[in-house]
Amino acid sequence: MIDSMVFFLTTDFVLYALAAGVSLALVAGPLGSFIVWRRMSYFGDTLAHSALLGIALGLVTDSNPQLSIIVSCLLFAFLLTLLDRRPSISTDTLLGILAHSSLALGVVVLALADSVRVDLEAYLFGALLTIGNADLIWVLVVVSLVGIVLSVFWNDFVLITVHAEIAEIEGKNVNRLNLILVLLIALTIAVSMKIVGVLLITSLLIIPPAAARSMATTPEQMAVRASIIGCISVVLGLVSAFYFDVPVGPSIVVVATLIFLLFYFYPNVLKARS
Amino acid sequence: MDIPDTSSNPASDSSTENNAPGVLLAAKSINKDFAEKKILENISLTIEEGQIVTLIGPNGAGKTTLVRIALGLLQPDSGSIYHRPALRIGYMPQRVHVEPTLPLTVNRFLQLANRQDKALLSTTLDDLKISHLEGQQLTAISGGELQRVLLARALLRKPELLILDEPAQGVDLAGQAELYQLISEISDRHRCGVLMISHDLHLVMSSTDEVICLNHHICCHGKPEHVTNDPAYLNLFGANASQNLAVYTHHHDHDHGIGGSVKKHHHD
Repeated sequence: MIDSMVFFLTTDFVLYALAAGVSLALVAGPLGSFIVWRRMSYFGDTLAHSALLGIALGLVTDSNPQLSIIVSCLLFAFLLTLLDRRPSISTDTLLGILAHSSLALGVVVLALADSVRVDLEAYLFGALLTIGNADLIWVLVVVSLVGIVLSVFWNDFVLITVHAEIAEIEGKNVNRLNLILVLLIALTIAVSMKIVGVLLITSLLIIPPAAARSMATTPEQMAVRASIIGCISVVLGLVSAFYFDVPVGPSIVVVATLIFLLFYFYPNVLKARS
Repeated sequence: MDIPDTSSNPASDSSTENNAPGVLLAAKSINKDFAEKKILENISLTIEEGQIVTLIGPNGAGKTTLVRIALGLLQPDSGSIYHRPALRIGYMPQRVHVEPTLPLTVNRFLQLANRQDKALLSTTLDDLKISHLEGQQLTAISGGELQRVLLARALLRKPELLILDEPAQGVDLAGQAELYQLISEISDRHRCGVLMISHDLHLVMSSTDEVICLNHHICCHGKPEHVTNDPAYLNLFGANASQNLAVYTHHHDHDHGIGGSVKKHHHD
């Protein structure tokens, strides 16, 4: 058993999966914290669902799938930000309409394009173990970019989250900062599709920060601890996927949820030991 | 103050066009409508270095709108706002709502204003007597403590102009007097101008240079002792005092004289 586990963990495709999952979890911690603080989880969900439409359109037009996901996520993020500034109907209604209509449209387009055969389940729930060299490079490039931008604007992002007016008075361009944050979320969602899939991406972003909340006293602590919890979820999720022979993406989310429940009901579980 | 006290319409003053170097902020003939309703009508005011200007007026008189225009957060329909070039403004908002999901200590909150100057942080905390709050969560401190933290934050910007939107909100009466005293001392010490909104003229009287009584237009303005005797002020606050006071359940029905004697208010 141990031997086969070691063999499993050192095969190429598992190493790729680990590298992609762990590096994603590292930026998902801080980025997901902002989604939690700014109550944007439904926004993230909508972006993720719209990514499926991006895949469908990419396949129909025969363009690079990864690129078409990224472009469609960025476009949708931009569109949502514009719509949000003109609140004619409430934001959650708007997001609900866009999320499910783009998901439905994506599935319809995929079904109509019978020249291409697509494993829909892989896009909905992720296919971490099919990650190849090119996928990993995409993930690493995007994750480094997101990480750099996040650290450069960190203080500004926290300030606009605490009090947008103060930030504006102190000379920050609040609209632009909001847009940058939204685009970072869109980029991250676009590359995490293969890892956990359209339906589970938001959970990878919000569950680790939610789990980290009870043991943090500053935004930075929460972000870093969320990253650590995310990494643990990815590793344990992969191992248990192998052990119980279940899909990897959902298994990662289940592990993250169990960690969340642990800290939710026993917030002092780590303090008691030290 | 370069606006003549006798004028009931300070907009006629042309001083805002060639502003003296001591002028930090000048508003000229500001008009603002919301949904066809006139909120601000022909408002002009100037604030100079070391000067404390207090806006008073009933709820819905346009005080916050005027402050938002002065800050540049809102555009007036007509009129102009002058800020001295490179003016550093310290702003204290009426309230701060921090999401319960966002962990934020007082210290970290204050560092958002000024990360570098640790010495300034500790002296400001000492001045405002809130050093003991540093490690506490912003959501866990009392209303009065929060007001002091917000004031500290504004001061950490090393402001030339402090703009305070109801600084005494949620503070008990004794604390309010102390807070206004503190603001007056700060203005003296740093030579910074202050524009603040207050509900209660009696509490701010001793610590303000100029009072502007606002009810969509400027009803009257001038030194506090002048304003309290102005018919327009009495009309707004005096005759309707009982109605105004009814809003503030904490408001006492008496004042203390200089010697501590109790003076009853006369309600009709």
